[in-house]
Amino acid sequence: MGIKRYVAKRTLQAIGVVYVVATAVFVAVRSVPGDPARLVLGGNAEPDELAAVRAELGLDQPIHVQYYRWMADLARGDLGDSIYTGQSVVTSIVNAAEPTLSIGLVGITIAILIAIPAGVVSATRRDQWEDYVATGVAFLGISMPSFWIGIVLLLTVGTAIPAIPSFGYASISEGVVPWLSHVILPATAVGLPYAGIITRMTRSSMLEVLSEDYMQTARAKGLPPRLVLFKHGLQNALMPVVTVAGILFALLLGGIVAVEMVFGVQGFGRLLIRSIERQDFPIVQGSVIVISIIFVFMNLVVDLLYMSINPKVKYGGGA
Amino acid sequence: MSTDYGDADTFLGVRLDRFARLRETVAGDYKATFGLVTVVLFVLAAVFAPELAPYDPMAQEYAIMQAPSLSSAHPLGTDSFGRDLLSRLMYGARVSLGVSLGAVTIGAVVGVSLGVVAGYFGGWVDDALMRFVDVLWAFPWLLVAIMLVAVFGQGVWNVVVAIAFAYIDDFARLARGEVLSIREEEFVLAAKNIGLGDVEIMTEEVLPNAVAPLIVQFTVLVARAILAESTLSFLGIGVKPTTPTWGALLGQGRSLIGQAWWISIIPGIAIVITVLGINLFGDALRDAFDVRGEEGAP
Repeated sequence: MGIKRYVAKRTLQAIGVVYVVATAVFVAVRSVPGDPARLVLGGNAEPDELAAVRAELGLDQPIHVQYYRWMADLARGDLGDSIYTGQSVVTSIVNAAEPTLSIGLVGITIAILIAIPAGVVSATRRDQWEDYVATGVAFLGISMPSFWIGIVLLLTVGTAIPAIPSFGYASISEGVVPWLSHVILPATAVGLPYAGIITRMTRSSMLEVLSEDYMQTARAKGLPPRLVLFKHGLQNALMPVVTVAGILFALLLGGIVAVEMVFGVQGFGRLLIRSIERQDFPIVQGSVIVISIIFVFMNLVVDLLYMSINPKVKYGGGA
Repeated sequence: MSTDYGDADTFLGVRLDRFARLRETVAGDYKATFGLVTVVLFVLAAVFAPELAPYDPMAQEYAIMQAPSLSSAHPLGTDSFGRDLLSRLMYGARVSLGVSLGAVTIGAVVGVSLGVVAGYFGGWVDDALMRFVDVLWAFPWLLVAIMLVAVFGQGVWNVVVAIAFAYIDDFARLARGEVLSIREEEFVLAAKNIGLGDVEIMTEEVLPNAVAPLIVQFTVLVARAILAESTLSFLGIGVKPTTPTWGALLGQGRSLIGQAWWISIIPGIAIVITVLGINLFGDALRDAFDVRGEEGAP
């Protein structure tokens, strides 16, 4: 299969997955026991209020019309408006995105800065104390819930260093220093478990690469050990790590949502949780769609990227 | 009747010599020993919580309600309602461990069935089922949980279903991969030749030979499920807020963090020790059963 056909096929598949997700959300919202409008307004709503909300949500239309509208709106990027604030769902999500993305990106950076050196040391000093320490810490990392790390950080670093604020968020437009000082603790809380995963991945991937023939050859050619390790070893070892690092960002979400609550950050997580408390249905369903789209296309990009940096990967075949 | 590689005796499809190797691994490796002992202790504490817990987890002591504290009467302290934290932790273990085990079991049954059928039949069945699995995968579990809570309200089963949902694709992909490599084996072809039905071949020939990696996967995912359950409870979208789960205890302690740090910290330690124990034991299983790769993400 040619590369263009492969890209086209995978893109179509991704769009197909998003389409099915959107349909599933449509069905889920309409299978609410009772009346979604009552869910929105609460138990004591007047009949005319209920009718108004139903009309606003389009629930008074026949089901196929509702479905067509839902998909047509979605295709135009219109996810409806928040019942509570009246703001469009897309705007609400975009406004809440900055803190969440900041925590995620800084978190991943921290994870990578810790994990890749730790993984390399662990592999090159296999079964020595450095390896035991790195592996032990990595195990501990993957066993801690992010929000709990957040609370521990708050109690220790947060109280010990007054310069690091333990509450709220400062936009990057207010300057890098206030931004980073607000983001650093939540990002560490989110990043540590992922450092654990990436350390273990780097270690096993590196161990595999170290035993490859081309490493022997490189050493036999008399290249400096450092060059062999970094140029030939690490570069190849990081390939599988990179694919997973992409997917990890999507997985980070759960951690970030909880960590935002710990640090009182007004991000996407807070928006989601508040929307559930307020029964703000359009925001909840819009968020599911947006996250799924990010998830699916992130994976697609990682897939294609992986393919382009690794000529050994064949298009098609396998899953 | 299950045909295996060689004549080795098996238990649940795993060769007995692998269990012997597991015993050696656990005995020889302090990490694995720690893992096993911890898991057993926590399971016992959960199962015998009604007998072992020093107090009724719901009993409130008004005297200490105003000033929750650590004392010899309450070694792990009390929460803001004057309830004994140790007792609540032990009862919480029942929910946290029970929900996780239940969720991963459902995920395993559904996922393995999908994966085995997809891998065994191949072709369009495989394509259709695996695209379905792709769709499942595209729903982040947290959002599934949020949708379920938004639609049906809070409850144990919603949490179980949401977490199970997240792990179906892991099991399906793993089982499919195993089946793809097993289905061309001679004993499977032989079973076909003597006229065994597809269902029989799948359940009696193929599945038993794919069990070892599935057990390892199961262990790793139980650890992840405990973290997932605690996150949901912490966010207040897990089981009912009155139920003492580890995540919920931790979440309730958050507002008192200045006065009573232990209400948040101690349930967290329980989570970390349990998850660490399961992860370390899972790692020993992986070595003993000779299963390669996949480090897994929480």
